Amino acid sequence: MSSMMKGTTDNGLLLPVPDEDGQPFWDFAARGELRVQGCTGCRRLRFPPRPCCPHCRSFAAEWRRMSGRGRIWSYVLPHPPLLPGYADLAPYNVIVVELADARGIRLVGNLVAHPDAPLGSADPAGLRIGAPVEVAFTEIAPGVTVPRWLLERP
Amino acid sequence: MTATLKDTTAIVGIGQTPFSRQLAASEKTLACQAVLAALDDAGISPSHVDAFASYSMETTDEVEIAKAIGAGDVTFFSRVGYGGGGSCATVAHLAAALTTGQATVGVAWRSRKRGSGPRPWRDTRAQLPVPGQWTRPYGLLRPADEIAMLARRYMHEYGATRDHFFNVALACRNRANQNPAAMMYERPLTRESYMASRWISEPLCLFDNCLETDGALACVIVAADRARDCRHRPVYVHSAAQGLPPQHHGMVNYWADDPLAGPSWTAARQLWKAADFGPADVDVAQIYDAFTPLIPLSLEGYGFCGRGEGAAFSEGGALELGGRLPVNTAGGGLSEAYVHGFNLINEGVRQLRGTSTAQVPGASTCLVTAGEGVPTSALLLRS
Repeated sequence: MSSMMKGTTDNGLLLPVPDEDGQPFWDFAARGELRVQGCTGCRRLRFPPRPCCPHCRSFAAEWRRMSGRGRIWSYVLPHPPLLPGYADLAPYNVIVVELADARGIRLVGNLVAHPDAPLGSADPAGLRIGAPVEVAFTEIAPGVTVPRWLLERP
Repeated sequence: MTATLKDTTAIVGIGQTPFSRQLAASEKTLACQAVLAALDDAGISPSHVDAFASYSMETTDEVEIAKAIGAGDVTFFSRVGYGGGGSCATVAHLAAALTTGQATVGVAWRSRKRGSGPRPWRDTRAQLPVPGQWTRPYGLLRPADEIAMLARRYMHEYGATRDHFFNVALACRNRANQNPAAMMYERPLTRESYMASRWISEPLCLFDNCLETDGALACVIVAADRARDCRHRPVYVHSAAQGLPPQHHGMVNYWADDPLAGPSWTAARQLWKAADFGPADVDVAQIYDAFTPLIPLSLEGYGFCGRGEGAAFSEGGALELGGRLPVNTAGGGLSEAYVHGFNLINEGVRQLRGTSTAQVPGASTCLVTAGEGVPTSALLLRS
């Protein structure tokens, strides 16, 4: 069975299961672009994506490209028991990044040592709330790309 | 003139099964045992039950319960969502139904074999009721991870420490050590063992996490006038509320403007608005504690202290018996049993009957809450 059929990478990491609203995020990620849904009426960004704007109720939206810079808002280090693919890498970090372009737009992700390095590759000493980070993209399975994060000043 | 639920109904019966890591009986059997025990406690025949309320992750539905216990015509049944956020809402829905004449005897229950059964987060096929695409691929898999993320931010913003979380774990454990029904009855907790325990998701360690329990509980609710004829002193539902704040996202509430002010704040505003008393008048509280940080957050949300002061509130034994606000006096989810918070309701009733194993002398008001961090609910009970 292919990894896509299993819903995991060959190493047992979960693949994103996009819904209709979220699909464009992943399509842009596959092209190496970090984009967030924005309202074409009132111009405000929103995340996660949804059918209409919670501020002006417009259904007109676009996907606006972000600079890819942000700061660590919080982080955790999961330890077992975990799903097997993750237990193999534990303890790894999971971070929440607040985007520099839009306060309040926060993305969950992983801080890694370089774009293709595994989860848990970053030195835990670099994990600090407020640390500036920048996005990188990693193809984790054929056709499936996720954003990863690198310290701006390692 | 707006109708009110204030003191119009009362909890008159409580029942439970043993709590254990593994029970032999099925969830359905445990549910029936707890429901029948609660009805026996109330002195009400199962044939008189005409209303049921449950909450999500319940595998036994009202059809199964009704036919097993021999209920008659059932005219009200509701199910609340959001797991541990729905516990108190079951009582709230029944109170509303009884007060508006839709039924006369209501039963709420929870039966779960989380001790020996599967862990929901292990399911890699089904999307959990959270926006999984934004979190799970990165290894943010379990409720412990999701809440740990908020806990770290809370520590950063307000100077909370692991010692504060230990204060919470210790208060619950100390009460469990007084409660023979608690899973941790004979297992004291020390600061040394807490600090040396293994991590589950840093900054949360083993003792910041609730137990894994097989067990079931139930309670019976009737109108206030009928309650006075039941076996025990009635425990009145004084106020009840659910809470879903603006831009809330469930367990992974990282996308709201203010992720550290969650559903408790919303439920609290409605709860106090409808009540004759305020936080300073609460004698004892049963606060949902799947994870220790939920208690400081809830203390803030329900107005026992100011924003960011919940951790400091726990200092000096404030949460212990004899402290400023004794909490989770049967041991809570951390040390009695984790049954999605229903044990907190039954313990609230025992406190106001005067029959708790860790009785707060003369307690006449009790706050019971469901989970902070998910769409939630809460009850103010009084004797």
